[in-house]
Amino acid sequence: MEKMKFGVVVFPGSNCDHDAYHAVKHVLGEQAEFLWHKEGHLGDVDVVILPGGFSYGDYLRCGAISRFSPIMKEVIRHASEGRHVIGICNGFQILTEAGLLPGALLRNHSLRFVCRSVRLRVENNETAFTSQFMAGQVLTVPVAHGEGNFYTDTETLGELEARNQVVFRYVDVDGEPTDQANPNGSLGNIAGIVNRHGNVLGMMPHPERVVEQLLGGDDGLGVFTSLRDAITGTVPTTS
Amino acid sequence: MYKAIITVRLRPSILDPEGKAIEQALQSLDFSALSGLRVGKYIEMNVEATERDVAEQMVDAACGKLLANPVMEDYSYELHEA
Repeated sequence: MEKMKFGVVVFPGSNCDHDAYHAVKHVLGEQAEFLWHKEGHLGDVDVVILPGGFSYGDYLRCGAISRFSPIMKEVIRHASEGRHVIGICNGFQILTEAGLLPGALLRNHSLRFVCRSVRLRVENNETAFTSQFMAGQVLTVPVAHGEGNFYTDTETLGELEARNQVVFRYVDVDGEPTDQANPNGSLGNIAGIVNRHGNVLGMMPHPERVVEQLLGGDDGLGVFTSLRDAITGTVPTTS
Repeated sequence: MYKAIITVRLRPSILDPEGKAIEQALQSLDFSALSGLRVGKYIEMNVEATERDVAEQMVDAACGKLLANPVMEDYSYELHEA
């Protein structure tokens, strides 16, 4: 069967691009290629990954300048065709700046850069990014950011909740979205959302960093196996 | 030619933990009369235009497109003949 292809966009200052590439190419075993941000086309990729990092040094606002990189026009077109885009950490910030996802990521409430594993509850397992998880499943996935405090106006927040666009929420050991479990002050403990059509995901935690036991866990792998299932209809046979 | 002086602020509805921390530092230095501190950005740039309204339109467009994010920020600007 023909393999699907992931395109990992590389901006100046991206630093999780190789982690994402490793996850989809070597662990998932699909095709992957790096896409320099100056490129004017995406080639034949099925899924675009906007990786974590500090694109353009986070100057002005996180993602504000990279959002205007030449490749972003193509990423926006790809998304508008209903094809899949995932933005992780800085990638999530870029997606909000680009208007592909609502809201914004503000400075962490603590003012500190937070780098640790957090618990995430799968709020919606009926998306292309989460179908391999169980609803309510609690995952352990690392975060590493200084600006991950998800904010949006009350009306948009209500729409996100009503339309089940909140995909991941920060929770405690009992699976409850408490203030203590919230690493950055995000409204509603929101860690990840999809757009209205469900083909664009943004999340602050790093699923690509937990895709094999060597890395301390594989709770993040489901995001990528879900995408494979959505694209190729292949249910993974690995345990 | 004009010089634009732009101020970008967090919208009033948004908490500003950085401003709060600075305010607390000031208060610990006995500036107890100072409060309501919020941190914003100052941007200046030259604007190549002969007409004031053309310059204004350009600055306004730049603010709306890149310099401020309307989800979380407001902006204001002044234009000075340079």
